[in-house]
Amino acid sequence: MASIEIANVRKDFGAVPVLKGVDLSIASGEFAVLVGPSGCGKSTLLRLIAGLEDASSGDVHIDGRRVNDLPPRDRDIAMVFQSYALYPHMNVRDNMAYSLKLKRTPAARIAEAVGGAAAKLGLEALAGRKPRELSGGQRQRVAMGRAIVRNPKAFLFDEPLSNLDARMREQMRFEIRKLHRDLGATSVYVTHDQIEAMTMADRIVAMNAGIIQQVGTPLELYDDPANMFVAGFIGSPAMNFLDARARRGEHGIAITVGGTAFCTLPQSLSLPEDGHVKIGIRPERIRIGASGGEGVDAAVDMVETTGAASVAHLDLAGQPLKVFTTERLQFAQGQRVPLAFDTGHVCLFDGASGDRLR
Amino acid sequence: MRGSLRSRTIKWTLHYAVLLIYVVAALFPLYWLVKVSITPNDILYKQGTDLLPSRFSLEHYATVVGKSDFLLFFRNSIIVSGVTAIASTLLATASGYAFSRFVFRGKFWIVGLMLVTQMFPLVIVITPIFSIFGVLGLTNSLTGLIIIYTAFNIPFATFLMQSFFDGIPKELEEAAMIDGATRFKALVQIVAPLTLPGIVATVGFCFTGAWGEILFALLLNSSASTSTFPVGLLLYSTRATVEFGPMMAAGVLALLPVCVFFFLIQRYLVQGLTAGAVKG
Repeated sequence: MASIEIANVRKDFGAVPVLKGVDLSIASGEFAVLVGPSGCGKSTLLRLIAGLEDASSGDVHIDGRRVNDLPPRDRDIAMVFQSYALYPHMNVRDNMAYSLKLKRTPAARIAEAVGGAAAKLGLEALAGRKPRELSGGQRQRVAMGRAIVRNPKAFLFDEPLSNLDARMREQMRFEIRKLHRDLGATSVYVTHDQIEAMTMADRIVAMNAGIIQQVGTPLELYDDPANMFVAGFIGSPAMNFLDARARRGEHGIAITVGGTAFCTLPQSLSLPEDGHVKIGIRPERIRIGASGGEGVDAAVDMVETTGAASVAHLDLAGQPLKVFTTERLQFAQGQRVPLAFDTGHVCLFDGASGDRLR
Repeated sequence: MRGSLRSRTIKWTLHYAVLLIYVVAALFPLYWLVKVSITPNDILYKQGTDLLPSRFSLEHYATVVGKSDFLLFFRNSIIVSGVTAIASTLLATASGYAFSRFVFRGKFWIVGLMLVTQMFPLVIVITPIFSIFGVLGLTNSLTGLIIIYTAFNIPFATFLMQSFFDGIPKELEEAAMIDGATRFKALVQIVAPLTLPGIVATVGFCFTGAWGEILFALLLNSSASTSTFPVGLLLYSTRATVEFGPMMAAGVLALLPVCVFFFLIQRYLVQGLTAGAVKG
């Protein structure tokens, strides 16, 4: 187990900056998830930790040791790839034993380690099979097994569940988490799937355009996002954003959407000079048809239902608004419905920069 | 049903008829080679156009093996082709790997230059090569031939090997390097076994290219001691006569190593030349 420190790391591919000064520290034994859209630099950051890419500037420390100049083999880390990267010409047993053989571990020790990992992952019966004879989920397990036999300082996962179907993904998510609980090893997990990030992480590192946007526990990011990117990326269905005007009044900050009063927020919040803001509110924080709200109403556009829950698509002064509820909704198109919400759940963002206004 | 059965029969008959025409056209010269090589001299011209001679004899083979320098030519060819195949494949493997995996300054120009060498006929460079090799003492030597064959094989062999390496996911090497291997060890233990069909195809390509080459062999090496067998075959054709029998017998003997070689590697070759065609 080891901590990982990343200090002011930049990475350029030719003239294209991919990481623009990243600082991050991952505690020993922590399960950190790097999440963000394609091209945000999360995989590059992981590859920098692995030693598969060199940083253009900045330092990477593993277990207190600067590893910038160390090749991957000397960093004592294990990595699970999106494509699993199992050696096609070796059977399951040899795939798992490869790293130990390279270290000239005695055969008895190898057999013990491989046997232990195979038992933990339910792979005993498959030991003699080649990767092409395995299903996606089994290959995924072998890739995990290959990582755990080494007992490395840290595990790196590069979108390991992307190639699995939804049901298998759910199961593997649970198994990886359980494995982490048993082994307690420092893990860095890259994904573009915010559900994976929310369900697996001790801490989420949300990235966009080569910059870390926010680091925190899943619920911190969910409830208290630092900017519109994080607010919009984390959570499904995504947070509602409405173009609004803010004006400081006697009783607080008056928010209007499309010229109609929307809500009043506490005086303590800072405001941009032009008063142009975005307000963000999560779909499940809005109630339809309840009284005692702020007296806002909207027109129903469409209702989607999954059986367990419904999502109502509404039109509020020309802007789309989603409401998520576990109730079954029955509305006609164009019907106007009153909305209620708690102003404590409204996030205020700068209309130009998208930064959270606090 | 009956209609469809008939149309299917017709289709398959046509299919096999076309295949048969192709196979006959491709193999007939080979058959003729063997037929002439086993026809005794006294009936060679009398029964020249018969499909089968009335008697068989191995006298031409005896002439070739016992009364000519054929075994020497044969040995020279084996040395030249074998060393060329191994050297070209080793160099092409290294350069193909570099082209496939590394980004480096000047890569574009090197690839372009290698393509350019494939564009013009060899005949136009033969005079400068002859004069350069003369100065260097590389005419009338097997080494000279090996150098020139290797040099001319490398561009195509490199592109061939590069395409095989391109078909091997980079993650496999990366996984091996994280598992504790050096890049070289990852290449030898993980990538090379997977590229084996490609390596074998490249060896085969270079070997046959050198085995049948005659232009440089004829012009650079004039002494019998350094001639390869294609040059040796020409000795059976003089201004006055053409000794068809021994020439064909020598041709059959020259085919044997290539046949054996391809028989041994054909399993890999089929894999190699179709690798990457299907994902998975």
